[in-house]
Amino acid sequence: MSVPAQLEFFVDPSRCIGCKACMQACTECDTHKGESMIHLEYVDRAHSVQTVPVVCMHCEQPTCAEVCPADAIKRTGDGVVQSARKPRCIACGNCVMACPFGVPELYIDRQTMMKCDMCYDRTSVGKKPMCATVCPSQALFFGTREELATLRPQSRPTSVFRFGDQTITTRVKVLVPRGPTPPPQLDVTAAMADQPQRRALRLPMHDAAHDTLDPFAEVEI
Amino acid sequence: MSKLPVDELATIHAFGPHLSGRVRGSSSTEPDRLVKTHCCFCGQQCGIQLKVRQNEVIGFEPWEEFPFNRGMLCPKGVKRYLQGSHPDRLVNALERDPAATGGFSSIPYAEAIAKTAQAIARIQERHGPGSVAVLGGASLTTEKTYLLGKFARVCLKTPFIDYNGRLCMVSAGAGNKKAFGIDRTTNPWSDMVGTEVIWVAGSNVAECSPITTDYIWQAREHGAKVIVQDPRITPIARTCDVFVPVKPGRDAAMFAGVLQLMIDNGWIDRDFVDSQTVGFDAVAAYCAQWTLARTSSVTGVPQRTIRQVAELWGTAKSSFLFHARGIEHHSNGVQNVLGAINLVLASGRIGKPKCGYGTIVGQANGQGGREHGQKCDQLPGLRDISNPDHRRYIAGVWGVAEPEIPGPGVDAYELFRKIDRGEIKALLSICFNPKISLPDSEFVTRCLDKLEFFAAIDIFLSETARHADVVLPGSLQEEDEGTVTQVEGRVIKINKAVDCPGDARQDWRVIQDLAQALGRPHGFTFESPRAIFEELRVASKGGIADYSGITYEKLERQMGVFWPCYATDPQTGAPTPQHEGTPRLFEPGSYNPIAKGAGRFYFPDGKARFNVADYRDPVDDASDDYPIYLTTGRVVSQFLSGAQTRRIGPLVEQYPEPRLELHPKLADKLGIEDGAFATCETRRGSITVRAQVVTTIRPDTVFIPYHWAGPKSVNRLTVAAQDPISKIPQYKVCGCRVRRADGVPDYVATREAQQ
Repeated sequence: MSVPAQLEFFVDPSRCIGCKACMQACTECDTHKGESMIHLEYVDRAHSVQTVPVVCMHCEQPTCAEVCPADAIKRTGDGVVQSARKPRCIACGNCVMACPFGVPELYIDRQTMMKCDMCYDRTSVGKKPMCATVCPSQALFFGTREELATLRPQSRPTSVFRFGDQTITTRVKVLVPRGPTPPPQLDVTAAMADQPQRRALRLPMHDAAHDTLDPFAEVEI
Repeated sequence: MSKLPVDELATIHAFGPHLSGRVRGSSSTEPDRLVKTHCCFCGQQCGIQLKVRQNEVIGFEPWEEFPFNRGMLCPKGVKRYLQGSHPDRLVNALERDPAATGGFSSIPYAEAIAKTAQAIARIQERHGPGSVAVLGGASLTTEKTYLLGKFARVCLKTPFIDYNGRLCMVSAGAGNKKAFGIDRTTNPWSDMVGTEVIWVAGSNVAECSPITTDYIWQAREHGAKVIVQDPRITPIARTCDVFVPVKPGRDAAMFAGVLQLMIDNGWIDRDFVDSQTVGFDAVAAYCAQWTLARTSSVTGVPQRTIRQVAELWGTAKSSFLFHARGIEHHSNGVQNVLGAINLVLASGRIGKPKCGYGTIVGQANGQGGREHGQKCDQLPGLRDISNPDHRRYIAGVWGVAEPEIPGPGVDAYELFRKIDRGEIKALLSICFNPKISLPDSEFVTRCLDKLEFFAAIDIFLSETARHADVVLPGSLQEEDEGTVTQVEGRVIKINKAVDCPGDARQDWRVIQDLAQALGRPHGFTFESPRAIFEELRVASKGGIADYSGITYEKLERQMGVFWPCYATDPQTGAPTPQHEGTPRLFEPGSYNPIAKGAGRFYFPDGKARFNVADYRDPVDDASDDYPIYLTTGRVVSQFLSGAQTRRIGPLVEQYPEPRLELHPKLADKLGIEDGAFATCETRRGSITVRAQVVTTIRPDTVFIPYHWAGPKSVNRLTVAAQDPISKIPQYKVCGCRVRRADGVPDYVATREAQQ
């Protein structure tokens, strides 16, 4: 039982509506004890309704596994990085600190790390991950490259990310627009102005010092 | 006496809203079976499979084969199963009892029915049949709404029945009937992909009808430009091509201004207008006053944007226009709708693939619930209760003499005014929580207090049902079968997953038990929802909303049927058992029983109607004393008055309490910080909630969602001004003032978030 290679997970943050159907559906799964393995946050609610869903990106060389002193995190042959193996996990939190996407979480009460395993109980038996099945705006999409190309001719998948000196290739793809897109609507007063504002609109991050934690800051386009 | 029996907090303590337990481990608990059905909440009616174990719904599984949502669900759909087996679920009949903890005592079901029937009979004997009123709802199955309309007219013999669709769909319905002669969205949603322009006016699609987001963005992937008209940058507006930041209540002006630019630039489909419509000249004459400068000044939308919209819309080859409560919830709601329709008719882009128009319904059965007779002026099949032919036909189906059917009643709000005046003395309500959902709700509360007798059929003790003398335990959606009609006009089948708990009954049985107890069981002896549907098919036959060709089997086989679906060909009279329904309206060459071949629209001449869509300032507009616009709406994790969703733990956690959204410019001026308590005050009252300071709203407008009760209910502030035609209340705008709160409101200490 493994996840077929032709089935891929695509994330299009520009489609996210912040409804949290993915998180609510994720909590229904007993393999992670009713906790959501998805992170979904406003980038900066004061200035935008933009939200970003973060699932495990399933790196080819998972940093979480590399830093694990107990060898509790395994990547299966189908490219899925599994959650920590409970008997091995020593709850040190190295993976939590090291993951460039901020995915693993430490559950102190259970003395273990848990993270998204691409719904291995579903995807390894031919089903789609729960989050990508329910996502009403299909910001989370699970299917083949061919399906994606038909459905989203204006989107291009990318799977290489740079974090400082580290370059990471992932099984999960992020969709970026092929061509120019209209600037996002961020402030109603800009839309109310008689002249369009010329300056580029930028989303200020909560904390500039943590800019590098933004998984999409260095997306190669 | 229908005052609250005890202190409201005592009732809340006993009957909730409490939170559902978070059910863990449900995914590994093997269900006995999966039941294919639909979500109980909004008008999208997403297909879903409920996991059932013994007599309990323990979870869900996506239903990927259902064509509309293909497995997609919003958070409400995901967690909807938690409303079953809920600690607050009413499993017994209740009687008002000030001596009891919580103010209500359990009584045997039969006794509750007898007491209700006796009270109704007593009041009707003394004050006449019209002293009793019925309120229904658009979350009920079509079978129940049909039965309820029949019950009011035939058993209670009262004209006074109306429903909570009055708060939702009626402006669209009235506008559609005036323009097209039929009241239904024109195309299936799948038609959207491949269109050039989509105009969304007054619809927070991502939060109120989340699945539609995928369709719109799928269309965008295939080249569609998206126009969003809203005072707020909602998630669907964030990435749109043109954002129209309209001032609340100015939509008719916006539409007129755009039409004028289309006329100026020759962007009118003259062939279509001349051959398929009437009334364009009067509309053109009206629009002449809507110069670009005036339109901009009235709507608060810059001229460049109005020009851009007119050019996009005017020159497109294919398009969709959608609207929802944002333009409909106004004392000028019907005019706003007609203004939108005028733009569609002027473009000629209707009645073909990739071209259409629709209103996005809000409630589960927002469409079906307004077609078959719980509306005060309507009989089944979208028939008119004032039309002698329609009355005769329905009297024949019901086996009563035509004069016995009462005439038109009044809208739901007027019904409360009649209670206030002492003309209506008893009320039976189901699926309606007016104490939260009607505007100026302090007035509604005073009216409930005045009732001589009030019986509520309910699943939880809603805020309104707390006023009841008798509460009859009804059914959850998953405890019964039946049909509903969703946003596209597709009739679908709701399937039963579990039996009602305890003494609770399926709603149609409760209604029939009342008819029996009143000694007028004639016409109320159905054995099943299917039997009701079979009569409804006959009753709707020949009406505009013709369901005669729909069977439960066809609904299952086709995964829904778009009405009209004819049992016999309206042209030839030949039986058409294989009729598949009508996914797309107004196609060239299409036949309908009103036009009889004269044209595609549902009027005797077959032509659509342009209607002058007159702009009027809102009632209780922003003014010197109340200088800010207050607008209201939904959040994605809650639904309507929250009677169900404020009981579902994970949904409450997602957005626990209402927040007042305001722009930083306004917040700075008022000295209100993000997260601080702010008091919003109108001529009706004031509430204090936390502020959320965001750039995504007009600086002259504040927004508060409406799903909460008591001191957090924004409908204590909204104005009861109504559209003169549709009688929809003006929820979307009134003047208010906002200030820093004097302190932390009392409810923080006394009520949980959802209470």
